[in-house]
Amino acid sequence: MCLAVPGKIISVDNDKPDIIMSKVSFSGIIKSVCLDLTPEARVGDYVLVHVGFALNTIDEKEAKETLKMFHEMEQLADSVTPELS
Amino acid sequence: MKYVDEYRNKDLIESLILKIKSISSKNYSIMEICGGQTHTILKYSLQELLPKEINLIHGPGCPVCVTPIELIDKAISLSQRPDVIFTSYGDMLRVPGSSDDLLNCKARGAEVRMVYSPLDAVKIARENKEKKVVFFAVGFETTAPANARAIIEAEKLNLDNFSIISSHVLVPPAIEALLSSKNTNIDAFLAAGHVCTVMGYSQYENISEKYKIPIIVTGFEPVDILTGIYMAVKQLEDGRNIVENQYSRAVRRDGNLNAINLINSVFEISDRNWRGIGIITKSGLKMKEKYKRFDAEIIFDFPDLVVTQSNECIAGEILQGFKKPTDCPSFKNICNPEYPMGAPMVSPEGACSAYYLYKKRRN
Repeated sequence: MCLAVPGKIISVDNDKPDIIMSKVSFSGIIKSVCLDLTPEARVGDYVLVHVGFALNTIDEKEAKETLKMFHEMEQLADSVTPELS
Repeated sequence: MKYVDEYRNKDLIESLILKIKSISSKNYSIMEICGGQTHTILKYSLQELLPKEINLIHGPGCPVCVTPIELIDKAISLSQRPDVIFTSYGDMLRVPGSSDDLLNCKARGAEVRMVYSPLDAVKIARENKEKKVVFFAVGFETTAPANARAIIEAEKLNLDNFSIISSHVLVPPAIEALLSSKNTNIDAFLAAGHVCTVMGYSQYENISEKYKIPIIVTGFEPVDILTGIYMAVKQLEDGRNIVENQYSRAVRRDGNLNAINLINSVFEISDRNWRGIGIITKSGLKMKEKYKRFDAEIIFDFPDLVVTQSNECIAGEILQGFKKPTDCPSFKNICNPEYPMGAPMVSPEGACSAYYLYKKRRN
């Protein structure tokens, strides 16, 4: 129920005055997504989508930082290495 | 898929397991709140990969599982009416009520439609003015803004044939209820990432301080969950207990204010009955007075409702982390996804369903 999937905004529809709708691609599968909760989101941004609504834009800088931390961790683990059971 | 594949990386998973092994000196029980996280844990065999000191306990974060049986019975009752189109997220269709479920009703001819978004239910109401369209609005804080937005949309469109059965529950009061229980044996929590995407995590800071317990806001991929576990174990080993955010790519401390404002405009906090657990004070959302005309429980009568609950299902104990699905005598035996005795066996976030799917496959 709380599952949310990241997708990339490929277009924003401007035809409805009261609601911001968009097309979001999930690895090529295109769904209609409401951007009312994330009006700042732009074409090209990744949003986290739940029941047809973008809950938030994904912070690319934060994502990069976390991955950088993971890779440093991996290098560190290479130098420790007890065996995996 | 970007923001997914990199968090399923095998080498990172192995490194994190090693890191956790290298710092764990005592036995710790860590509860993941969300059923989505439970499924990842089972799917990737994370419990088996972790050192024996770490015991993962599965929490109550399955809104489908905690929806009271009387609401399922009301949904079933409404679906039988010839003037009603009943709409629901797919998760709810197989959840057993007292004596039936919505999918069986559909098979017997009831107009039950599965929708992907609450806005789809509003669209059905718009296109079927001669029918009454009821939407089963179930969810935690993650889903509440979407359901609130659907009510606002129905209001804007002046729809008088749209209503919802509202079953919204809140995570922080459930965590407090678990921590207040004398049976509790939890050393740290992995908080539900998407609930915090909406609400932020400032609410958890008081809980962490009051109960001296680490709370890590955690995502849903295996690398996220293992990082969350690493951060929790590190705090426990260092004797710290604060709220930390593992899921920073999606969660800000204050959450999404647009979403919070939307929830507050339609709903207000109320006591809530959790299926299998009981009433938890201030743990739910009900519709504000202003929106009562969209409340299906008010606008419809339910004269013949007889609610009965099976005593054999131990879902309540599983949802509170007191027992695991494999402790249940009915598990995989008389209770399975085809003939579920309780909601955790059918929900894609239910612990029993996760154990059935993934433990079975490996065995």
